[in-house]
Amino acid sequence: MPIFSLKENWSGKIIQLMNLFYLIAFLSIFFSLLVIFSKNPVYSVLYLIITFFTLTIHYILLNAQFLAIVNFIVYMGAIMVLFLFVLMLLNLNEDSEPMKSNLIKIAGVVAGLCLLVTLIGSFRALADSDPVILKKPEIGLVKNLGKVLFNEFLLPFEVSSVLLLSAMVGAVLLAKKEPKKI
Amino acid sequence: MESLSNRKKVIEQKPMTLAERMYLPAIAKGLAITFKHMFKKKETIFYPEQERPISENWRGLHSLKRDENGKERCTACGLCALACPAEAITMIAAERKKGEEHLYREEKYAAVYEVNMLRCIFCGLCEEACPKEAIYLDGPFVGADYLRKDFIYGKDKLVEEPLKS
Amino acid sequence: MELAFVIEKFALVIVIFSVSLGVAAYSTLAERKIAAYLQGRVGPARAGWGGMFQPLADGAKMFFKEEIIPTQSNHFLFIAGPSLALLTALIGSAVIPWGQPLTFGDTVIQLQVADINVGVLYIFGVVSLGVYGVMIGGWASNNKFSLMGAIRAASQNISYEIAMGLSIIALLMVTGSLSLKTIAEQQSGFVNWNVWVQPLGFLIFIICAFAECNRTPFDLPESENELVGGYHTEYSGFKLGAFLFAEYINMFVSGAVMSTLYFGGYNFPFMNNLLEMGVHPNLVTILGILFLLGKIFFFIFFFMWVRWTVPRFRYDQLMNLGWKILIPLSIANIVITGIWIVVKEIYFK
Repeated sequence: MPIFSLKENWSGKIIQLMNLFYLIAFLSIFFSLLVIFSKNPVYSVLYLIITFFTLTIHYILLNAQFLAIVNFIVYMGAIMVLFLFVLMLLNLNEDSEPMKSNLIKIAGVVAGLCLLVTLIGSFRALADSDPVILKKPEIGLVKNLGKVLFNEFLLPFEVSSVLLLSAMVGAVLLAKKEPKKI
Repeated sequence: MESLSNRKKVIEQKPMTLAERMYLPAIAKGLAITFKHMFKKKETIFYPEQERPISENWRGLHSLKRDENGKERCTACGLCALACPAEAITMIAAERKKGEEHLYREEKYAAVYEVNMLRCIFCGLCEEACPKEAIYLDGPFVGADYLRKDFIYGKDKLVEEPLKS
Repeated sequence: MELAFVIEKFALVIVIFSVSLGVAAYSTLAERKIAAYLQGRVGPARAGWGGMFQPLADGAKMFFKEEIIPTQSNHFLFIAGPSLALLTALIGSAVIPWGQPLTFGDTVIQLQVADINVGVLYIFGVVSLGVYGVMIGGWASNNKFSLMGAIRAASQNISYEIAMGLSIIALLMVTGSLSLKTIAEQQSGFVNWNVWVQPLGFLIFIICAFAECNRTPFDLPESENELVGGYHTEYSGFKLGAFLFAEYINMFVSGAVMSTLYFGGYNFPFMNNLLEMGVHPNLVTILGILFLLGKIFFFIFFFMWVRWTVPRFRYDQLMNLGWKILIPLSIANIVITGIWIVVKEIYFK
């Protein structure tokens, strides 16, 4: 059962949802800006957590419950905890921020522009599809997602699992102590 | 090296078996033991209403005794203060006036007798030092209080109740 | 219809909140009573009959204590920590089906706040969020002990979440649904309880639940003899109370989750026989709620029973158990479950 069914009471629901979308979109941009502009890295991570939470709401608005909850668990619940964990251990604050050289600044600008170009390109490719009306509104539910993942996209799915496995092996290798030479 | 007395016991430490390494049987055993304890007799004593029986050689709060006629036994000789390892006892002696014979047994008596309960270790040496059998540690616990000065017990708290006749 | 729906859900939320708060309050008494009984004492017995009003006395004490906020701490996060801990503990019970629907004439009242089709994952997400309260509180205190406690809590929760998730996956392979309502409905009667097909999974789940709730033998984040009080060293008064309360609410919610996932939820033996005999369905539903509460109380008792029996793990033992034993075991459990499902498909059809 989808939380927001788009079929009934068409126009009123759409307006409500659009208002909600604008609110959440504003919040996610606001908090992601705060991530960049806050001096204390721990604050940055906390704002990033809130940003991920707003993204979770976006997924729910798109009727992709599984993605929403996975975003919630994996990004908010696990990865951000690890980020916070490392930052708390390092105990960084405003004073210990190293001075950045001009080279790093230029590299950052170039990387940001590359991202911008990629995003614009992908939006141009998407331009012909209507963002409001999903063609298959039930696609985000667990059942359909599982069917799609294990039928049409079986090979990419399995390949990505191999990728994760290799990453895991690499992490274990890095973390393993060198045997001491006596 | 060989042990000379041969009384040394060597404890053999075997590697743990699989069942032991799983710990779950041991945890279950422990849980069973603690569960059994739920039904055992409770050891709690509800203190103010119920008191633990005290032993025969219990030493509690000091009391200054009176003789069979109700006169104070203490003669302020200071032996208890001298014997006290914690320096808890002080006193001021005074001479018995005429007309006070029914109050004090000897011609000399303790006008002030103070025990500092924060110093006292309840060893009972004052009891043993006393030649007049005037001090005994036969009272209850020393109660709690708020100020240090309130722990210096004077004669008002230490002397036995006068005889009723 | 919309307004009635909102009112119905709101009332249900209020009831569940007050029940979980009440249960948590009396869990504090139960903890002390059970500890006392296991140690041959009687526990708190002065406030009211058998100490019945002890939780009120404790609560009043917490309220009237001085609220200390360390000057060098981060004030906003210092307050946000316990609030977040309490919040995440409370919202976990939203997807638990407390009973079959009640029917009054035409109106049907669902005894579940939200039947979302990813209910199990929602619980999992809320649990993984729960560590933020502890982490933020511990970090904001600006105290070495608090920070150590917070970091321990974080690493412990992350490690045990993996094993917990894997044990849930094996369960989901059996049930074929992520909705807690469906899972509860599947386990009607007594023989259909999931614990009979997933004993190993249940064992892993309950061990991980101990670790997630920071209960002994995994209470390293607040281990008193190494870290003073762990993450709540600097807390006092009501904020400390919020942290402690969150622990008991977590116990209540995890008890509810375990009974729903593995012990049939509101189902009890001979429930269908009672329905066939013509007992009113609402009565059966209420019996079911009582049975669910009974199961939850048993789990809470079990949590406390273990706490006062098993000593605390050492930190390296905790990590070894999580990563080297529980995770491989739960993966093995998934494989065994898969084989079992296939064998059942082929030979027992």
